[in-house]
Amino acid sequence: MLLGMEVDMTINIEDLNNLHIDVLREIGNIGAGSAATALAKMLNKKVNMDVPKVKVMEFKEVSETLGGAEILVIGILLGVNGELNGNIMFILEYNAAQVLVNMLLGKPLDELNDFNELELSALKEIGNILAGSYLSAMSSLTNLNIMPSVPDIAIDMAGAILSVPAIEFGKIGDTVLYIETEFLDGNTRVVGDFFLIPDVESYEILLKALGVIS
Amino acid sequence: MENLIKVGMADLQTSGHPCVLTTLGLGSCVGIALYDSNKKIIGLAHIMLPSSLQARNNSNIAKFADTGIVKMLNDMLKLGARKENIVAKLAGGAQMFAFSDSSDMMRIGARNVISSKEKLQELNIPIITEDTGGNYGRTIELFSEDGRLLIKTIGHGIKYI
Repeated sequence: MLLGMEVDMTINIEDLNNLHIDVLREIGNIGAGSAATALAKMLNKKVNMDVPKVKVMEFKEVSETLGGAEILVIGILLGVNGELNGNIMFILEYNAAQVLVNMLLGKPLDELNDFNELELSALKEIGNILAGSYLSAMSSLTNLNIMPSVPDIAIDMAGAILSVPAIEFGKIGDTVLYIETEFLDGNTRVVGDFFLIPDVESYEILLKALGVIS
Repeated sequence: MENLIKVGMADLQTSGHPCVLTTLGLGSCVGIALYDSNKKIIGLAHIMLPSSLQARNNSNIAKFADTGIVKMLNDMLKLGARKENIVAKLAGGAQMFAFSDSSDMMRIGARNVISSKEKLQELNIPIITEDTGGNYGRTIELFSEDGRLLIKTIGHGIKYI
């Protein structure tokens, strides 16, 4: 009998097996698929997406993912509340964000200026809609009640922005779980990266809700 | 060509002269630079969290301000640095997102800075200058030649401290 034995139910990202990774890829797939549909509606054109890449990375690799720690990116961060708690971050390369905003506002795609107030709030709204549809897909998949908070935006070096999700992962382990989704619009590639960052307890709730762990 | 060594996130490096230690894109993390001007021995840590005592998994000592600083100091002493000659400079600890509703996640930069200062004070290492806080990222380079610390930003200038 194992009575009275303490069992550590805590999951480490390092210990994720192939099944867990597959499940998380599927969550990424469904979430991003739903986000791509929302984006297509918003832009009123067809948006394709690739099968998301799910990677477990060491911290030192994190800032290299978007082509270097010093590259200029847009980070849109939303809190996730409800039965699942944590954060969701959507990262876009600066030029990709400009293309996206130009598409949305019906401006020439090659017009690359700094963002004005209107364009910034358009970007926030894009983040809002993408993350919102990502989360609602996750919510219906898991039957968990999940709500996004109001988005916040930062434009800065990739390394500095990625430090925010990395620190959250740092509290539980030494690696980062990263779901990369690439959106494609005809000839224009818009690469976006989603980081889903459940807090410690929510990680297990998520995998439990999906029946992967008991 | 100078000997340039990269310090990753949750990483630390020490070196004798001549060398430049650099860490890219500091956000809420803090870059702690130590320098022995006599021996020209330098150390740079890129810490992510304030304290190893609050973490469940604290095996990576370079991840935390408290354990990272002690390790870096010991590594420098092994290279021949003298503790009484060592001074510190701090950079980073920004708050990248303004957010109002989320709790300690958003204050982590400031807490990293406070914890780094406490540990340095405990070890009697004077902090001679710092460039911390704000809402922007920093890339830093520490030069063994004279201990100068170069700080590069996007839209907030370039300077030496």
